[in-house]
Amino acid sequence: MSTDRTFTATHTRNEIAARRVSALETVSAALARADALEPKLHAFTQLFHEHATAQARAIDARLARGEAVGPLAGVPVALKDNLCLSHGQTTCASKMLENYRSPFDATAALKLSNAGAIIIGKTNLDEFAMGSSTEHSFFGPTSNPWDLSRVPGGSSGGSAAAVAARVTPIALGSDTGGSIRQPAGFCNIVGVKPTYGRVSRYGLVAFASSLDQIGPFATTVADAALTLDVICGHDPCDSTSSDLPATTFFTEVETLVEDATIGVSREAFSSANHPAVTKALHDAINVYTKLGVRIIEIDLPMTDYGIAAYYIVATAEAASNLARFDGVRYGHRAALAPNETLHDLYCRSRAEGFGPEVQRRIMLGTHVLSSGYFDAYYNTALKVRRKIKGDYDAAFRQGCHAVLMPSSPSPAFKRGGHSGDPLAMYLEDVYTVAVNLAGLPAVTFPGGFTEDPEATLPVGVQLVGQPFEESWMLRLARMFERETQFGTRAPKV
Amino acid sequence: MHPDEPKTQPNTQTLSAHTVRKVAALARLALTDAQVEQYRDELSKVLEYADRLRGLDLTGVEPLANVGETTNRFRNDVPGPTLDNAILISMAPASMPPFVKVPKVLGDGGGA
Repeated sequence: MSTDRTFTATHTRNEIAARRVSALETVSAALARADALEPKLHAFTQLFHEHATAQARAIDARLARGEAVGPLAGVPVALKDNLCLSHGQTTCASKMLENYRSPFDATAALKLSNAGAIIIGKTNLDEFAMGSSTEHSFFGPTSNPWDLSRVPGGSSGGSAAAVAARVTPIALGSDTGGSIRQPAGFCNIVGVKPTYGRVSRYGLVAFASSLDQIGPFATTVADAALTLDVICGHDPCDSTSSDLPATTFFTEVETLVEDATIGVSREAFSSANHPAVTKALHDAINVYTKLGVRIIEIDLPMTDYGIAAYYIVATAEAASNLARFDGVRYGHRAALAPNETLHDLYCRSRAEGFGPEVQRRIMLGTHVLSSGYFDAYYNTALKVRRKIKGDYDAAFRQGCHAVLMPSSPSPAFKRGGHSGDPLAMYLEDVYTVAVNLAGLPAVTFPGGFTEDPEATLPVGVQLVGQPFEESWMLRLARMFERETQFGTRAPKV
Repeated sequence: MHPDEPKTQPNTQTLSAHTVRKVAALARLALTDAQVEQYRDELSKVLEYADRLRGLDLTGVEPLANVGETTNRFRNDVPGPTLDNAILISMAPASMPPFVKVPKVLGDGGGA
């Protein structure tokens, strides 16, 4: 296992392109490591041994013929299993879609393949991306490679664990309320939630359509930038995808941000934070100050209302989106008695196919949209959403290139730590949900470790950027990464 | 404003078992009595937490359903490739190509 900066997509693709190592050797090593760790981590729902090996051979053959290959040629990647792929199953870690075979590929997956990346498998998640721990999977939980008794975060916990354990240098996840950034923080890697509209959502099984974005996990900021360049861009299949020109984050990422300003709010230093989380924030402020970055105080007074607004908006959208699972066209179908009706088919297929957290959210979302409650909950939450966006707009008007935040109030918690208390689990998302409500980009990166002798756990920090200004936030993250060595530490698993 | 919205503020706190059953019916979820009790308890706690929003002064604030706030974008009205009908039908758990099969909806036993 590599603990230096060579376990990267950038290094790997350079070595393969220079034919110092073959794509086949690289992909075989990734699959072997995935196989070896699977009993401990359970990061994957499926591994594609034959398919990935054949694709690696094809890349090697193209290189041998002197053909041009893409920027990720031969690089093994892992895909969260809520991204449609015409190979294998697209399960969303749900009994509902246990045997579902997608007839098409998600645009982001297709773009990765077109760039030469080799998809070695699909990763575990909280069912339908609903959760913050990857414990709510029909296939069982994923473990954190830093401490197997703890959760990797969620919902993209499988992708985070795979990258943190150095199975693949990069992976894709999806982030509706923090599902990339919180697990990246729990696992000591880089995770990016792009601006809403940056990446096509076509083929991402919808959870909350106005909040969902696909984004990368990586061990370095540069790798995250490279992956973003590959997956960003307008897609006729997603009318909310932006038609801005192609991004060049990778070529920009080493350039310092001149006269940079970072905003810090009082709300980020909540007394509910784990001490190591607050310390990491202070340390980050010191690092940036030494780099000549101006730190200014900003106000985010709506922070305390984010979770409530988010869980109303997200569940309302989820209740609508998940109405499509009816036991008729695809997915789980209940076995009916002869006297049962179509209505019974709907109700029983859904009750059998969805796990408890998904049902809970469908119930909550249905309630807040129901007659008599729509205005009190849903409409109110949408107004709060505008106020939350207004807070950030005001901070950016003060001149901030980015806003510094924790990625979660505490490091990785023990498996079962929040079982039986859904609200406690929801409160884990306090520092991440506002970004989705406001449609902003954000990056989480390694910011330190706990000093608990019982377990050394990583602590993530987060920079929230201006809409479609990911470049600033990534360059600021790179400036921090260059000054610190947190990200070079890998778990001994 | 929902057309059926009552003029007075509804009691948004503790849910009754009756309300939970009504929501489950709207959501097309067949719940057991134990699940009704469990969701009544869990959802009441979440809604109680959400009640903090009601203390905010939101006068004059427009709801924000989507940050894009974009207008509809239409593609050109020209035929393009679509997924093959046979593949789509093959995904249905019960089918009689080119149809998907559902329980009888008309006559005896119907009434979806």
